[in-house]
This record gives sequence, C-alpha cells and structure tokens, in this order.
Amino acid sequence: MSKSYHPPHLTLPVGDRDHSEGPAGAPVTLVEYGDYQCPYCGAAYPIVKRLQKELGSSLRFVFRNFPITNAHPFGQWAAETAEAVGGLGKFWPMHDFLYEHQGSLGDETVFARFEGTLGLDVARVAREVAQHTYLPRVEEDFMSGVRSGVNGTPTFFINGVRYDGPTEVGSMLSALKSAAKERGTPKA
Amino acid sequence: MPKTADTKPSILKAGTKAPNFTLKTTPDQTVSLSDFAGRPVVLAFYPADWSPVCTDQMGLYAQLMPEFKKFEAEIFGISVDGIWSHLAFSKDRKLNFPLLADFEPKGAVSRLYGAFEGAAGESARALFVIDKKGVIRWSFLSPDGINPGADGILSALEKLE
Repeated sequence: MSKSYHPPHLTLPVGDRDHSEGPAGAPVTLVEYGDYQCPYCGAAYPIVKRLQKELGSSLRFVFRNFPITNAHPFGQWAAETAEAVGGLGKFWPMHDFLYEHQGSLGDETVFARFEGTLGLDVARVAREVAQHTYLPRVEEDFMSGVRSGVNGTPTFFINGVRYDGPTEVGSMLSALKSAAKERGTPKA
Repeated sequence: MPKTADTKPSILKAGTKAPNFTLKTTPDQTVSLSDFAGRPVVLAFYPADWSPVCTDQMGLYAQLMPEFKKFEAEIFGISVDGIWSHLAFSKDRKLNFPLLADFEPKGAVSRLYGAFEGAAGESARALFVIDKKGVIRWSFLSPDGINPGADGILSALEKLE
C-alpha cells in the first residue's frame, strides 16, 4: 500500500470513570471494548487473563462495554448487570463470572445466585438493571468506542492506539511489551 | 494471488459528483441514488455477505441507525452478492437498512466508484458520504481485512452543510 496506515486512537482517555485492574501508573494500559455475549470476547477472556499474569504490575487493564444488541440479545442486560454490580464494588468478579458463564446468559437466576455469594443485595441489582440505572454509562462506553474506531468486539487499545493484530497471546504480548518500552516512564 | 499497490482500487474522492445508479434491494424493488436527492447518503461497499469482518461492520451500522437518523442520512450496504444472499444475511443479522446487490453486471456500480477489487472479484471495503446535492464529501478505502467502523462516517456527517 502506498499510503501509510494510522490506526485510530482512543478518544475518551482512561480515567476515574473506568473499571481497571493493575496500577494506574503501569507503563502499558490495555483497554478492551467488549460484549459479554460475543463469542470472540469469550475467547479473548482467558487471553487477557494470561497477559495480566505475564505482565503483572506493568499492565493496567480496562474494560468498557460495547454490546452489539442486534446480534446479542443478552449483551445489553449483561453489561448493565456488570455495571450495577460494579456500583456495589464487585465489578471484576461479575465481569469474570459473566465470561465464564456465557452459555448461561438468558438465565438470570444463575447470575443472581452468584451475586448472592458475593454478599450483594440481589434485589437492588435486579431493580437497577430493570430501571436501566446504568444505561447512560453503557451508552457512553459504546459511543466512546464508536468515536475511537471500535468496529466490532473485542477491540483493544494499547496505550491509546487501536491494536489491529490477532487476538492471541504471542502477538498481544509483544505489542504490549513494545508499547511499554516505548513509553519508558510510568504513565502519569 | 498477488496483492500489490497496482491492484488496489482508486476510489472516488471528496468533491466528485456521486455517479447515479440503480440496484435491486429486493427481488422486485430497486433503489436509485437520485431518489435520495436532498438527503445525505452513506454508501458502504463491502466484499461479501457472511464473512466475519463485514458482519461486525454491518451489525455496527444497524446499531447506529439512531445516530445516522440524527443527520437524516440514508445508509446502504453494497456488495456483489445476489439479492437472495442479501435477504438471508440481512434477516440473520437483523439489519435495519437496505443492502443493494451489485450483481449484474457484476460489480458495475463498485467500479463506477473505483471500489472494485479486480483480483478478488469483490467490492472493496470503501465508504462514501454524499451530501444533499449528490456530491461526495468524504470517502475512505479501508486496508485489507480491517473493518473501518463508523467514526469516519459520523465525523463526515457532522461536517456536512
């Protein structure tokens, strides 16, 4: 190709609004736009876990919602459930549980039972999902993705630049390591 | 198959009058670009129904219909697939905008827009935003295998008028 190609950048910077794992000052930040019902996101879930294990405290991982509701009827429900649980301080356990139980999406009792084991107010979560308390947040995630060049799920950004390589451990690990090296100094 | 710079299509650029065309959208209905004079039109050429990248792309546009409607824009997906493939694909993916069949003569409209990949015999993944007067205001040819998303389209629609 004669013209050089520049992948899109994240338009909504990672900040306090986000759910993140790993230190805020980590040299490399991986942002995923995902859909809990998307099989490709389900396949990416253990890959991200592996990357986190490999990179330890040099990686910060952020998850934002990008439910494609035409294709995935339970994607929106799952996103709002994770956010409602997140409002009670247990976002990551719910995030993980949803990806580990993709096949149970549609059976709300499975997820309610898990909320119970986390010691959460199950009725409150159900109410907030029914009232769409977290809909604006999910929509904000979604539109921030659209405006950043998210084109399907999962889409990853490494230090704010869209990652266009394959979703597999080797390629992602080397992209993350080279981004960390480029940065050199911890992120403010 | 050789993939070199020479085989890359050269798409129509901003400022060009959008060539009119008439294509089938159902077995007994056609759509002409000229029918939509006075409204912005988005043309999304894509290689094929059913391939994973296109699926995400068209599914994303379906979800973004409320955003496109804010600009009163019409959006059309165009590929060389026949009308029956389009209908099945559209139903399966719950698409809420028309897919046009650039089927016979194959790829004629894609060629008009410079959006035909000769080697593959498919439309290129090319986007066009056409203004109310029928002039192309933005066009984009996506690299092979990369879904262009919707940001470019929305930015171009915002800049119209």
